[in-house]
Amino acid sequence: MKKFINKTDDILTESLNGFALAHHDLVSLNLDPNYLTRKHKAANKVAIISGGGSGHEPLHAGYIGYGMLDAACPGHVFTSPTPDQMLAAAEAVHADKGILFIVKNYAGDVMNFEMAAEMLPFESATVLTSDDCAVINSTYTTGRRGVAGTVIVEKCVGSLAETGADLQACKALGDKVNSRTASMGVALTSCTVPAAGRPTFDIDDTELEMGVGIHGEPGRRREIMREADAIVTDVVNAILDALKPASDSEALLLINGFGATPLMELYLIYNTAARLFNEHGIKISRSLVGNYTTALDMAGASVTLCILDEEIKQHWDSPVHTAALRWGA
Amino acid sequence: MNSSFILTAATAIQNAILQHESELESLDRAIGDGDHYINMKRGAQVIVEMQPELAALTPDAALNKIGMKLLSTIGGASGPLLASFFMGMAKTIKEKGDASIATYASAFAAGVDTIRQRGKADLGEKTMLDVLIPVANQFTAMAAQNASTTEISIALKQTAEQGMLSTKDLIATKGRAAGLGERAIGHIDPGAKSCQLMIEAVCDLIQ
Repeated sequence: MKKFINKTDDILTESLNGFALAHHDLVSLNLDPNYLTRKHKAANKVAIISGGGSGHEPLHAGYIGYGMLDAACPGHVFTSPTPDQMLAAAEAVHADKGILFIVKNYAGDVMNFEMAAEMLPFESATVLTSDDCAVINSTYTTGRRGVAGTVIVEKCVGSLAETGADLQACKALGDKVNSRTASMGVALTSCTVPAAGRPTFDIDDTELEMGVGIHGEPGRRREIMREADAIVTDVVNAILDALKPASDSEALLLINGFGATPLMELYLIYNTAARLFNEHGIKISRSLVGNYTTALDMAGASVTLCILDEEIKQHWDSPVHTAALRWGA
Repeated sequence: MNSSFILTAATAIQNAILQHESELESLDRAIGDGDHYINMKRGAQVIVEMQPELAALTPDAALNKIGMKLLSTIGGASGPLLASFFMGMAKTIKEKGDASIATYASAFAAGVDTIRQRGKADLGEKTMLDVLIPVANQFTAMAAQNASTTEISIALKQTAEQGMLSTKDLIATKGRAAGLGERAIGHIDPGAKSCQLMIEAVCDLIQ
C-alpha cells in the first residue's frame, strides 16, 4: 500500500481538518462526535442531514452549503457513522421545520440513522437512496444500494428546502428523484481500505467487475476487459432496463469516477453513454462529469441516469454553493 | 455472572478477535467491504478500556453501558446490532433481578431478539443470526433442564460452530453480501464468524 498517510488511525481526522481549513468559508467541523455543518446556520427551513462511511469524498461533506446539505456525518472509512453523530448534528442545525435525513441504502447506515431518528427530540423523516441497479431488488433483501444518484437527490431536496418547503414535501421530492434515477458501476481495480492495508478484492489486469458497489463490493459478474464502447453499452442497457424510460424522456446524465480514473476517460464514457441514450430517444439535457461519489483509490466509473420532469429540472438548475458543486451562486 | 466476569469476558473476547485477524479480514474481503475486523477490533478495545468504569456497576448497568458505548463506537451494521444485543440483555436482567442461569438464558434470547428486530433479519439469511438464534434456543432449553454450566458451555460452543459453518452454503438476503446472489455461496459470513468466536471465548471461561 502506497498512500499519503501519517498514522493510519489519524487519516480521517487529518483529512476532515484539511477539508474544514480549505473550505473555512463554507463549513465548520466538530470532532468527537464528528460532524460538519454550514458555516452560517440557515433559518426557517427543513434541515437536511446526510452521512455515511468516509472514502466517498466529496460525498457528503463536499455537498454542505447553500442549496444542498445543512450537515454531514462522516463515519470511519466505508463504515456508517453512529447515532451520536447524527443527534449532535441535528441539534446544531435544526431550524424548527424538522430534520430530513438522506441515507444511502446499506444495512448499517439504515440502522444507525433509524436509531438516531428514534432518539431525536425533533420531527424527522428519511429519504433512502437506492439507485444502484446492479443489485436485484426484492422485498426479502436489503435492496438496491445507494450510490452516485444520491448526489442528485441531495441537490434537488436541498434546493426545495431553501424555498421553505415542509418536511413531507422535501421527503416526497427526494423519494421521487430516487425512483427516477438508476446507476451502475464498473471497476477496473480494487480499492485499498487504509486500515486493512491491502486491496479489498483481487482482480486481474485482464478483468473488470461489472456492477461493482462503491465499497468495492462485488457486483453482477466478473468479465474479461473489453473496449470502452462494449462495457458502456452493457451499463446503459442495465439502466434502461431498470428505469424503462419513455422514448421522449428528458434526462440528466452523470458519469462518476471512483477515484483513480482520469477525467479524460470519464468524458470518453460520457461520449458513448450520451450517444447510446440518444439512440433510445432519450434527450440528455443536463450533465455532470467528475469524481462525485468515489471509492477511495478504485479505478472505474459509474453511469447514472435521472429522468427529469419540470420540478426536478428546476431544483437541479437552482443556485448551489458547496465545496464540490457550485453554480448560480 | 457478576461484573468482574463481564470484565474478564471482555478481555477474552478482545483476544479472540485479535487472534483471528487474518481470517476475519479475508472472509470480509470475499463477500463484504473489508471493514469488519477493524470495526470489531475498535469495539473490543473500547470496552476493555472501560473496565475500571464497568467494575463499579451492577451486571445489567454494565451491559447497558457496553451497549451504549458500542453504539457510538463501532458504526456500520455491527454497531447497532451488537449494541441492541447488550441493551436487550441488560433490560431482561434488570427485570428478572436475579443471577440464575435461567435469567441469563432468557437475557441472551432477549438480546438476540433485539438484533432480529433491529436488523429485520431471521435465520437462514447468512448473518450473525445463524449463530445467535440456535445458540439462544439451546441455551434456553438447557437452562430449563437445569443443565450444568459446563454442559451448557460445551453444547453452546458446538452449536455456535455449526451455525457459523451453516452460513457457508447460504445465499445472503440481508447485509452487505446481499447483492452477491449465488456468488456468496462457499463463503462463511464474517459476522457469523465473529459471533461464534465471541461465544466460544465466553464459554471457554465458564467451562
